[in-house]
Amino acid sequence: MLELDIYFKRDDFCLQINTIMDAPITGVLGASGSGKSTMLAIIAGLLKPQQGHILLDGVSLLNTADKVFVPPHERRTGLVFQDGQLLPHLSVRNNLLYGYRNIPPQERRFNIETVVGLLELEPLLERKPGSLSGGEKQRVALGRAVLYSPRLLLLDEPLSALDERLKNQILPFFLRIKSEFKIPMVYVTHSPREIEFLTDRWLSLAKGKLVLQDD
Amino acid sequence: MLTEPEWQALSLSAHVGLWATLVCLLPGIGCGWLLARKQFFAKPAFEALLFMPMVLPPTVPGYLLLVTFGSQGVIGQWLKHNFNIEFVFNWKGAVLASAIIAFPLMVQAVKLSVQMIDRRLEQAASTLGASPLKVWLTVTLPLMLPGILIGLIMVFSRSLGEFGATITFVGNIAGETRTLPLAIYSATHQIGGDAMAIRLIIISLAFAFFALLLSNLLSRRAEKWLGVHRAGT
Repeated sequence: MLELDIYFKRDDFCLQINTIMDAPITGVLGASGSGKSTMLAIIAGLLKPQQGHILLDGVSLLNTADKVFVPPHERRTGLVFQDGQLLPHLSVRNNLLYGYRNIPPQERRFNIETVVGLLELEPLLERKPGSLSGGEKQRVALGRAVLYSPRLLLLDEPLSALDERLKNQILPFFLRIKSEFKIPMVYVTHSPREIEFLTDRWLSLAKGKLVLQDD
Repeated sequence: MLTEPEWQALSLSAHVGLWATLVCLLPGIGCGWLLARKQFFAKPAFEALLFMPMVLPPTVPGYLLLVTFGSQGVIGQWLKHNFNIEFVFNWKGAVLASAIIAFPLMVQAVKLSVQMIDRRLEQAASTLGASPLKVWLTVTLPLMLPGILIGLIMVFSRSLGEFGATITFVGNIAGETRTLPLAIYSATHQIGGDAMAIRLIIISLAFAFFALLLSNLLSRRAEKWLGVHRAGT
């Protein structure tokens, strides 16, 4: 369960959110500039809000009143970016293992074979990211984040760079991750169709404010 | 084919060039990264100072080296007294002169390569549990590699051509400080030295061409390794 109460201001933009996300997949809907990517960056620890607190499964990741700030590499929140952000100098295999190797063996919940099988990555393992298609890159990025055994998976418009056909191919993988690995996810998008497909729990952002919530 | 003094000038140039390259390696990476990524007090002044050897007549840094690292200079005396190291009139001084003149090239190459790194790659690594040091070692440094390689080759090539600072600081001593350009200079001032000058000039041309060719090939290879696709290939 993720409890979020944050206030973040930069130049003219202000993000103010107070909500609880406790669904297996929480959809966050919003147009560009609504602050949804900023919200994910704050949850991941890549941005520091001026005020607020973040609790993940009862563990404080941020509390400005008590000066608590857990740095991104200690948060165990996997983040999948819009364009994958695979490390270009590493093979797909080593990209997949990047986060996996950063956690102690006893905390690794999934093995590489299972994730590779589920996301159908076997034929790509020895290739470099530069030679992959957009859809393949996103599947690798997803696998890499899952292998990191995150407590929460943050997905920042993971399909926005893909065409409709590829979107339809990849969307079911998110449901597989949900049912097989049971990692809670926050899925940010501007596409209501993607949210509809994945979850019935969602919230909507506009100009940095929560404007609508499913319940 | 080459006479003994010509071989001497050639091997000394290579020796000085390699040492100058080695000297520039770590400070070049540090300064290039710092300038690309960090904001600090008086950064524009620091940068201007660092790049000054590129625009100054080389005799100016040469003279400044002489008055600081020379036998009467403060640093020169201190080094001689504490470590028994002397720079004046020997090959170590030629290395120092070459390194100072060529250092901006290393810094510039590294700085540009760091500026081209997508910060989100480093952020992605940090959200995958990599500490800032690990991010630097496993993401930033490998992605800087093409810039580092090009910088090193530029330093080496520039060192081969260094003349003004070297002759001002360490003189023109055969076998000790007479590198290729100084040997060419000496040959052109000798009666009947034209043949030697021409041979040394041909060697210099070949050296410069192959160094730049190597730089080009290495950067292509590094780009391929990084998965960068050039237009038209």
